[in-house]
Amino acid sequence: MIKVEHLVKKFGLRTAVDDVSFEVEQGTVLGVLGPNGAGKTTTIRMIAGYLPPTAGTVSVNGIDVVADPVTAQKQIGYMPENTPLYDEMTVAGFLGFLAELRGFAGKERDRRVDAILEKCMLAKVRHQTIDTLSKGYRRRTSLAQALLHDPAVLLLDEPTEGLDPNQKQVVREMIHAMAQEKIILLSTHVLEEVEALCSRAVIISEGRLKADSAPADLKKRSASYNALTVELLAPRAEALQAFGRIPDVERVEFIAGDDRKQVLRLVPRDRQSLAVGAVETAAQHKWLVTEMRSDPGRLDEVFRQITTTADVAKQSA
Amino acid sequence: MEFCAHARAIAKREWNAYFHSPVAYVFIVIFLALAGFFTFSVGGFYEAGQADLRGFFFWHPWLYLILVPAVAMRLWAEERRQGTLEMLFTSAITPAQAIAGKMAAAWGFLALALALTFPVPLTAAWLGQPDWGVVVSGYLASLLLAGAYLALGMFTSALTRNQVVSFVLAVVGGLFLILAGFQPVTELLARWAPAWVVDGVAAFGFMPHYEAMQRGVLDLRDFLYFGSATGFMLFLTQLVLANRTGR
Repeated sequence: MIKVEHLVKKFGLRTAVDDVSFEVEQGTVLGVLGPNGAGKTTTIRMIAGYLPPTAGTVSVNGIDVVADPVTAQKQIGYMPENTPLYDEMTVAGFLGFLAELRGFAGKERDRRVDAILEKCMLAKVRHQTIDTLSKGYRRRTSLAQALLHDPAVLLLDEPTEGLDPNQKQVVREMIHAMAQEKIILLSTHVLEEVEALCSRAVIISEGRLKADSAPADLKKRSASYNALTVELLAPRAEALQAFGRIPDVERVEFIAGDDRKQVLRLVPRDRQSLAVGAVETAAQHKWLVTEMRSDPGRLDEVFRQITTTADVAKQSA
Repeated sequence: MEFCAHARAIAKREWNAYFHSPVAYVFIVIFLALAGFFTFSVGGFYEAGQADLRGFFFWHPWLYLILVPAVAMRLWAEERRQGTLEMLFTSAITPAQAIAGKMAAAWGFLALALALTFPVPLTAAWLGQPDWGVVVSGYLASLLLAGAYLALGMFTSALTRNQVVSFVLAVVGGLFLILAGFQPVTELLARWAPAWVVDGVAAFGFMPHYEAMQRGVLDLRDFLYFGSATGFMLFLTQLVLANRTGR
């Protein structure tokens, strides 16, 4: 378990991370979201034992990261932002070096390196020097480095940044495959990634924790959550009027339509579900509903909502 | 055990890094060429008519002044610039292990360059009968001197991500340590500073210790001087690194 309590990091006068607390259990893939410069990387660096916090505590499986970073780091695999690697080394040489730092020697080291080359699909480039690798291979080399010692905790700072869609998919599948047996914390500002990978998400903005819940629950905060799109055979004016009378409907928008068929969007008050009301209304008027779908909400909307209110609050302060 | 294993892994990587870049070859060639030039042409090795290596060792502090910072400047500055420092210090190793490994590799490399000057004593042996005790003691002094310069360069390298800055700082620091015991400097200082300041500054200097060992005088105090100068600089390096990483 990762336990972060009241974590604060100040750089001079600037507070990069401001009283952040959260816990992550095994089997969780936690997405750390936030705009650039929100404090994601600083938070992860503190969990990884690289930066000392100004205040607060971090522990990994019960080991205090600040007091005993070396022991804590034995449980942690960390893939830093921008994949720093020794450019002049070969992939296999680099992983061999990291394996030695992780305490493997001789045959065990070679076995680990071979296994991880296989697992991260790097066998093809094992003898290539790192400066000749494409971005995708660099990412995977960095991921391989983090996985060498089979850590219980994985910290991935923007693992798919700058990859093409195919490469992204490969990395995501690897993360997904490990999700059950590890604690994975990944930072990103790609929201689709959070939906695809994470069982939980926290949003950090201006160093503060603004939200902490499952992506699906986060989406419910979006203004468009439960907005109902209805396609039906009905006269336009009457339909607009009738749906507008449903108590929970705030307004009805006309999307498209002709003489027979209309596509309407019902926006709820307080994100209420409108399906029953809409079906009843259609039934009363004997209108045939051809399609109906409820909006699951949009993460980008919630993200914008949460992270911009912070900006506005700061400006008015 | 773990300390040694980690330090060895880092030393091995550093050693290979020297030889995977032109640094090693350029350094060795320049070092040998300059050492030869100063010994035989400037130092008047043949003209002196003595089978000793005075003229050879005399120039080492000045060669090291420029060349050792060039070997040391990348040690931390490059890790910092590439961002690999972050990876290194999240891989369950301590700064002390990393410092020990890097120091061993770089010092080993300097020892190799120094060992490649073997034709110089062989020449002396061919022409006459040098005092081998003095030769060995001279090499030992030179190696210790190189280690002290290296530790200084290691420290300045840890201070910055810019190798040029590291180089310049190390050269200036090295120059201070050469000149600290130098007579014109102490005389200049004696004009306005109290005697204890002059003595204090002079005590920092490399040269009195180096020269004594070069003459074949092996005094424990000189060993202690080089040992503590090197150790102190490595300690400062450790402080700087710990400050940046929290350890």
